[in-house]
Amino acid sequence: MLLEVENVVKHFPITTGMLVKQTVGHVRAVDGVSFDLSPGETLGLVGETGCGKSTLARCVAGLHPVTSGRVRFDGDDITNLPRARMRAYRRDIQVIFQDPYGSLNPRRRVGSIIADPLVVHRVSRGAELRRTVQELMERVGLNPEHYNRFPAEFSGGQRQRIGVARALALRPRLIICDEPVSALDVSIQAQILNLLKDLQDDFGLTYLFIAHDLSVVRHISDRIAVMYLGKVVELAGADELHEHPRHPYTNALLSATAVADPDEAGRRRRIILTGDVPSPIDPPSGCHFHPRCPKARDRCSAEEPLLVPRDHLVACHFPVEAGEDLTASGRRPA
Amino acid sequence: MSLLEVTDLKVTFPTSDGLVQAVRGLSFTVDRGRTLAIVGESGSGKTVSTQAILGLSPRADISGTALFEGVNLLQLDREQLRRIRGAEISVVFQDPLTSLHPLYKVGWQIEELFRVHQPGTGRAEARKRAIELLGLVGIPRPDRRVDDYPHQFSGGMRQRAMIAMSLALNPKLIVADEPTTALDATVQAQILELIGRVQAEFDIALILITHDLGVVAGIADEVLVMYAGLVAERADRRTLYYRPHHPYTKGLLESIPGSTGARGGRLRPIPGSPPSLIDIPSGCAFHPRCPYAMPVCAAERPPLATVTGGGGHASACWLPHEAVGLGPEADALRLRAKEA
Ligand SMILES: Nc1ncnc2c1ncn2[C@@H]1O[C@H](COP(=O)(O)OP(=O)(O)OP(=O)(O)O)[C@@H](O)[C@H]1O
Ligand SMILES: Nc1ncnc2c1ncn2[C@@H]1O[C@H](COP(=O)(O)OP(=O)(O)O)[C@@H](O)[C@H]1O
Ligand code: SF4
Ligand code: SF4
Ligand SMILES: [Mg+2]
Ligand SMILES: [Mg+2]
Repeated sequence: MLLEVENVVKHFPITTGMLVKQTVGHVRAVDGVSFDLSPGETLGLVGETGCGKSTLARCVAGLHPVTSGRVRFDGDDITNLPRARMRAYRRDIQVIFQDPYGSLNPRRRVGSIIADPLVVHRVSRGAELRRTVQELMERVGLNPEHYNRFPAEFSGGQRQRIGVARALALRPRLIICDEPVSALDVSIQAQILNLLKDLQDDFGLTYLFIAHDLSVVRHISDRIAVMYLGKVVELAGADELHEHPRHPYTNALLSATAVADPDEAGRRRRIILTGDVPSPIDPPSGCHFHPRCPKARDRCSAEEPLLVPRDHLVACHFPVEAGEDLTASGRRPA
Repeated sequence: MSLLEVTDLKVTFPTSDGLVQAVRGLSFTVDRGRTLAIVGESGSGKTVSTQAILGLSPRADISGTALFEGVNLLQLDREQLRRIRGAEISVVFQDPLTSLHPLYKVGWQIEELFRVHQPGTGRAEARKRAIELLGLVGIPRPDRRVDDYPHQFSGGMRQRAMIAMSLALNPKLIVADEPTTALDATVQAQILELIGRVQAEFDIALILITHDLGVVAGIADEVLVMYAGLVAERADRRTLYYRPHHPYTKGLLESIPGSTGARGGRLRPIPGSPPSLIDIPSGCAFHPRCPYAMPVCAAERPPLATVTGGGGHASACWLPHEAVGLGPEADALRLRAKEA
């Protein structure tokens, strides 16, 4: 295994008080997540806003200390390593961020932004550095002559290519892609997805790929983990998850995913969930999904379901059976 | 007569970098009770064109006509427009926080609509109707939530409140500009279902603006695809998705993950990026990105012309009229036309 994530928990304290800070509660952003990744594999991570995807990504990359749990990279325990010792792993684990506008310093030239990791890790300098950066730019589809331009002179898609080039500079083994295409229009999104795929083939990269759009995740991933309020509720092969989703939330998410096909959209029987995602400060008891779940019963609010194998991994007391109808007409209202 | 008939709309913004030609001669119609979707990449002029019609673009230079029940909206003064906007035409924006006033209770803001537009309405009556409307759009316990401030609502609830406001005065037309773009998939599904339901129930016409072709597939009657401030293609929903003519429409559809067969395969993106609206390519603005571009494309702007018989299917492209569809056959036809 290249990456092993074992029961990772990340809680942010909520404090009040001006002078003496008092902790009055916790945001349970990531609440016990486990998965692993083999070399060359892509694991997709989906879930709605605030469910903890980015926090999990930052924990894995060593950018946040974890509250508890373990992260292993290539067999080495890298959990909460001190900065100096984490440095060695930073070369191997890189992150591409969501926002192609916010993640690049607007006052620095693109060439030096991409060169950063090479300089910090003293990999190359001078004329060689410039050549390496220009090769990277070329590889991700940027014009190497634009070396001296500023981020504002690039479009959203091009800025995301800059982020990809920077992540690629140190020839990492694992790249964590945190919503790399969410801010892009569909035609540009497709360009970036193709680029990521090509780079994976060329360099044998392993991806942890975060998105909230299931069709994007299905396209790029080998396996998919679905998150809800800090927990993984289902984990399966990409096609398996789409064809035989067993968690009621995954079913709802799939039925809510827009399809660009009028006939299919007409046939589609949507599971309309009631309410919004609850707050991770005070998540519902038992199964976090129970206030919105069309299948919820008494046991669901009393006892938390564990992520256990039932065909594939699913955390639900009453998993959805093949052919079961979760739409309003198929069930009595809760 | 159509409810709304927009003809040759042009909108420009003078800026220090030059003249931004945001809308360059846009024409379309919306019939009573129907849904027109306007799709296109960001910057294609979707928002500017509808805001110009509604008098919400004060710094723009606008020309053309926009007949709403025969009255040219572009000729009205601010007061006349304000009366129509709200009572006859209402608007739902992407981000409800910018349109709900943060310092006033949600219910009060709905009641205010009655006070302004229907001065005869009593206080108790206005409040009762505000509560009814909040209930109609699915706010649980509306009698209690009516006195909440916008920040006490979640994103989905704020969007519901906006829809409640847009329905308050029984408008004939709702303009919804990316109403679900800021929302999560499961909440987006709730809101789209709600919009569809109230629209059918009250027989309201809807202009739905979005960059997401998936959102439109389920609800639009007609679809208008915009590129660089012009209509690239217009068709009924099924024709647009299954028999598109314009290479830009085709490119958008083929860029969607899952559209070109097996998972993990290569997508077929549109190369390049949208043009600068200060320096728009000559002829067909799409020609630098078009795989079928011919010499005529850079020289002359293609008119929006009928393609396949009837149904109002029109496309602004020099390719032969029969070059419709997504499959390899249609592709071969397009490529032959290019070679010829
Ligand atoms: N530094 C922090 N301090 C306190 N709370 C935080 C912090 N970072 C994240 N959170 C909270 O943790 C939860 C998970 O946040 P996270 O950014 O991981 O979500 P996400 O799944 O990436 O969402 P999105 O899809 O919007 O990017 C949220 O409730 C968020 O408000
Ligand atoms: N007030 C303004 N001044 C200058 N340019 C503007 C202004 N408002 C919009 N534009 C430009 O007009 C074009 C179309 O914008 P818009 O209609 O918002 O696009 P969209 O299709 O994404 O809704 C964009 O290039 C935008 O930058
Ligand atoms: S455990 Fe119960 S509430 Fe949770 S998803 Fe399963 S059926 Fe629904
Ligand atoms: S007019 Fe020419 S360049 Fe424009 S879309 Fe048609 S073939 Fe392509
Ligand atoms: Mg995030
Ligand atoms: Mg817009």
